[in-house]
This record gives sequence, structure tokens and C-alpha cells, in this order.
Amino acid sequence: MNTGNLQTSSQTTPLSAGRGAGGEAVFVYVEIEATTVAEVSQELLTKGRKLANELGVELHAVVAGTGIKSQVEDQILPYGVDKLFVFDGEGLFPYTSAPHTDILVNLFKEEKPQICLMGATVIGRDLGPRVSSSLTSGLTADCTELEIGEYEDKKAGKVYKNLLYQIRPAFGGNIVATIVNPDHRPQMATVRSGVMQKALYEGSAKGEVVYPEVSKYVSPEAYVVKVLDHHVEAAKHNLKGAPIVVAGGYGVGSKEGFEQLFQLAKVLHGEVGGSRAAVDAGWIDHDRQIGQTGVTVHPKVYIACGISGQIQHIAGMQDSNIIISVNSDPDAPINKIADYVITGTVEEVVPKLIKYYKQNSK
Amino acid sequence: MSLKIVVLAKQVPDTRNVGPDAMTPEGTVNRAALPAIFNPEDMNALEQALRLKEQHPGSTVGVLTMGPPRAGEIIRQGLYRGADTGWLLTDRLFAGADTLATSYALATAIQKIGNVDIVIGGRQAIDGDTAQVGPQVAQKLGLNQVTYAEEILKVENGKALIRRVIDGGVETVEAPLPVVVTVNGSAAPCRPQDARRVMKYKYATCPMERPAEQDERMEKLYAERPYLTLNQWSVADVDGDPQQCGLAGSPTKVKAVKNIAFQAKESQTLTSSDEDINGLIKELLEEKIIG
Repeated sequence: MNTGNLQTSSQTTPLSAGRGAGGEAVFVYVEIEATTVAEVSQELLTKGRKLANELGVELHAVVAGTGIKSQVEDQILPYGVDKLFVFDGEGLFPYTSAPHTDILVNLFKEEKPQICLMGATVIGRDLGPRVSSSLTSGLTADCTELEIGEYEDKKAGKVYKNLLYQIRPAFGGNIVATIVNPDHRPQMATVRSGVMQKALYEGSAKGEVVYPEVSKYVSPEAYVVKVLDHHVEAAKHNLKGAPIVVAGGYGVGSKEGFEQLFQLAKVLHGEVGGSRAAVDAGWIDHDRQIGQTGVTVHPKVYIACGISGQIQHIAGMQDSNIIISVNSDPDAPINKIADYVITGTVEEVVPKLIKYYKQNSK
Repeated sequence: MSLKIVVLAKQVPDTRNVGPDAMTPEGTVNRAALPAIFNPEDMNALEQALRLKEQHPGSTVGVLTMGPPRAGEIIRQGLYRGADTGWLLTDRLFAGADTLATSYALATAIQKIGNVDIVIGGRQAIDGDTAQVGPQVAQKLGLNQVTYAEEILKVENGKALIRRVIDGGVETVEAPLPVVVTVNGSAAPCRPQDARRVMKYKYATCPMERPAEQDERMEKLYAERPYLTLNQWSVADVDGDPQQCGLAGSPTKVKAVKNIAFQAKESQTLTSSDEDINGLIKELLEEKIIG
């Protein structure tokens, strides 16, 4: 058996034309649920706009769904989009891998973007690798920072300018790696929800919208996977946007211990989150995990209870304004980034926080 | 209908139990200090495969892994739990692969195995957390993919019915075979090792795992029991293109790696006394940090 029929797409040669300033656009794949644009996509449009400005190129966006024409444009254009590609057709919602892959692969062959960003969501993490494999372009998952910079390939004696630095924690969050894709386009990256912050664009963008014919991009065979049942519930909590977050780690000790954190969060009008260790122990729901592989939060106040501060956790909360660490270990790593360190057990300290808050806030 | 199932499994350093010696003073990862384990979500995938095998008599489950010779342990772990066979892809040319080069290597091996109905692996490995290899293998083989699967509900009439988790919900999808499935950690845990199978396969090894000087007794054992010699494939064995393997086949390059050091803040240290905590709350209220 030979490998000649592997779909390795030797037809996509490195796109040297995409390199450097004045090259092709920054693209954002916009994710939707029915006709609602995902917040993570708006966050990425905001970041994409900044990158495009730095590179002196346009920001383009692509969205695909069913019955989305005239429904989604206003949720996308205000983030500074120069050109929006809306693919509206049967079978494009709920999302399945192949039709969306066909759209991006064929659109990118035409448009030759230099950068493509998508959410590190279930959809983005299903679609991104498939597209990158089709185009033989590298993809970096779950980036926490994106920057433009230079890269020197010492072996080849080449210097690349204006590359996308794709920065992410790796190895369980013990190291931070900066990844580049020197020779292949687009440079693809996924970013988790909440890592970038969304903001409407104050500059002026072209705001052109086009509605390409879906059948020119998607082959009929692409629709073979059928979604028989699609059920999404509104989030049970607003951890991501909460001004005060009370988070528990392994030091909380039990599910009952978390009850106390919920009480504290209730009196402070905040939300409760947990570290991976607490989630793995079953003390708190998975959707409340804070960290690189969970939710990223930026609250005014972050109260870390019994959290040692593994890097993968810190990646999800380090931008909090005020960090209070409650830990019986005075040398817990998280104490280094805390504004207030309370040395004591969660069991002892949390009830006191509740008590004195009630006493003083009256 | 009997099924030919290939489980993709990776031997990973246990990044969840990182000790103080996990990083070298230079800030690189000290792999030797981390225990090597069967990637947890690949274990969930193995369980789904073994369940299908039970439901479809005549089916076979094989474990495909890529790594250094010691990754033969992954195949043994699979055999102990009910897999029928395994393949170790090992070759220096595979080293330094990013996800794209990894998926290329796995895809060539799957093609060599031939006529596979279901390729199933964990959603992601804990050393990289990328979740890219499954979809990339699917693309390279031109197969459908279903990621984030929680349960393969049934396989019937050439189609798999799969429940998967999505952001904020669940979905049931139907995908024609052959299909690549990646399994989420919320799926059923894998069954334990079977003592009789452990007895049967404990000496099963890939040739490269064996010491250069084999003792006679072992040599005789391997000659008598061919199932104790596990498949070991190089780039050439899978007709791979070296340019698409390992470092050469990896479009992404690591520009820099740094050990994480936080900028220490000036922090106030308090005790758990009533006085200290009362004082803290008052300060936070006065500065309107909390309302």
C-alpha cells in the first residue's frame, strides 16, 4: 500500500506572498449559535483588528450558518471588520466539520490570509485542526497571547519579519512556549473565551459584506454527518463576567467546604470557581473551572481559597485587579501574585470573611 | 457487522503530578522526572472501543501509538484490558513532530493497517492539550470526524450514532463509517486490567524494547509464542515520506520556551485572627473594592 492517496495537499505551497507588511488580511472565523454570535468571536475580532492595524492590512471575518443573513452582520461589523463573508445555507447549522472546513479551505485558497484566528471552543478545536491539515499550515491551540514579531531561523540563515507569535502555556502549564509558523499561511491560532477582551472599534473600517454562493465552496458529500439532536442551555452562572470571584482549590478539602465558598460569594454578590484539582476531585462542576483549560476571569477581586497556584490556574486569573489568597501554606506559589495573603485554613478564614463583611457593610 | 477498530493512544509524562524536580535549572522540562502514563482520555477511548467489540462479535481492537521504544508499554496496557493487537511507530525520523507531522505518521500507519472502520482516540493529550491530532488524522485519511464524543450509542447499517458534548450542551450525531472519533474525559472510565491477560501478555515487547543480549529462555519463549512480539514500524515500514515526518514535517516552530516566573507583587501578609480579617474587610469596603 502506498501513501499516494493520503490527503496531504501538496498543492498548497508556502505562500511567500503572504509574508510581510502589505500582505493579506487577518481573518477571524466567527462562531454562532443559531443567529447569535459567540462572545469569543467578538473578542477575537477585537484582537484581530489590533493585529491588522499593526501589520497594515485589513481585518476580514467569515461566518457560516442557516438563516443568518441580516441577522448576524450587526453583531460582527462594529468590531472593525473591513470585509465580512456570510455563508448562508441549509445544513450549515448546527455546525458539522466537513462543510465548514470546505468553506474555510476554499475561501482561504482564494483570499490567502496571513493569519486566521478562531475560538478555542468545541467548534474551533474541531474545525481549526482540520483546516490546518488541509492547508498544511501550522495551528497553535489555546493561545493566551498573540503578538507580532521577528523570528530568526539560524540554521537557514533567514530572518522573518512580522510573524504571529502564538504564545501558550504547555506541558500542563509548567512552561510558556512561543510558537511561530515561518513558512506556511495562514498562521492559525485558537484562543479561549475570555482571554482577549472585546471592544467596539473606534476607528473606521470598510464594513463590506459579501454573500458567496455556498455550493461553490462546499461539496454535496460534505453534509453526510447529521446532527439528530442539538441541545444548548444558557450558562448557569456568570463566572466570566463576575466582578468578584471566590475560587477554591484542593485546600478546600471537600464538597461541603465549597458550600462555604458559595455562601461567601453570595454575600459578596460574586461567583464561585475552582481549580482543576478541585474539579477533578468532584467538589465543583467542570464548567466552573478557572485556568488555561477552563474559564479565564478578570474580576475586580479574586479570592483564592486553598489554591496552591499551578501555572495553568494562574493563566486563567492573573489579570484580576485585587488577589486575596487564603492558604495554610505561607509559601504557596499563588501568594507571590497576591495583594493580600491570609495565612490560615479555608475552614477558619472563610466564615470570618463572611462574618466581618456582614458586620461592616451594614 | 464486525468492526475493525484502531485506538490512538499516547504515552505522556504525567503533567498533573509535577514535582519540584520536573523542571531543570535551565528551565527545560526534565522528562525523566515525570512518570510516563497512558494518556487519560485515550483510556476513555479504549473503553469505547472495547464496548463496541463486545457488541459486535468478530470485531478487533488494535492500539496504535507513536513514541520511543518504551512506549511499547502503551500497547501492553491495551492488551491487558482487552485489545487484540497493537503497533508501535518508532523511528528517529518521527522525532520533533508537531501535531501535523504526528497526524501524518499516524495516518500512514492507519492506511497500512487497512480497512479500518473506526479510528478512536482521546480528545487531547495532557502534555500538549491541543486536541488537534484526531481531526488532522481524519483530514489526511479523508474520513469524517466526530470530536468530544462521550458515548458511541450504537453502530448500525454502516453508521455510528454518537453523543458528544458541545459548549453548554450535548448533541447526538450520526456519522457514516469509516469515522474518526475523539473521546472526551467525561466518557465512561476504562475497565481495569484483566489478570489472565496480564499473565498472557506481560512479556509482550517490541523488538527495540528488548535487551541486546537476550537470555536463552526468553528467546525460546518469543519463538514459541509469536503474539509476544509486538508490531514495530519505522517510517519506511509505513511507506512514509521523511519530509513530512518529525521536525522536517512540522510547520510550527518553537521560537522560545520559558519557565514561568511571576512578577511578585508587594503583598500584605495577614494572619487568620479576627482582628486581621476584620481590618481587611474594613479596608476593602473603605476603598470601595467590595460593595
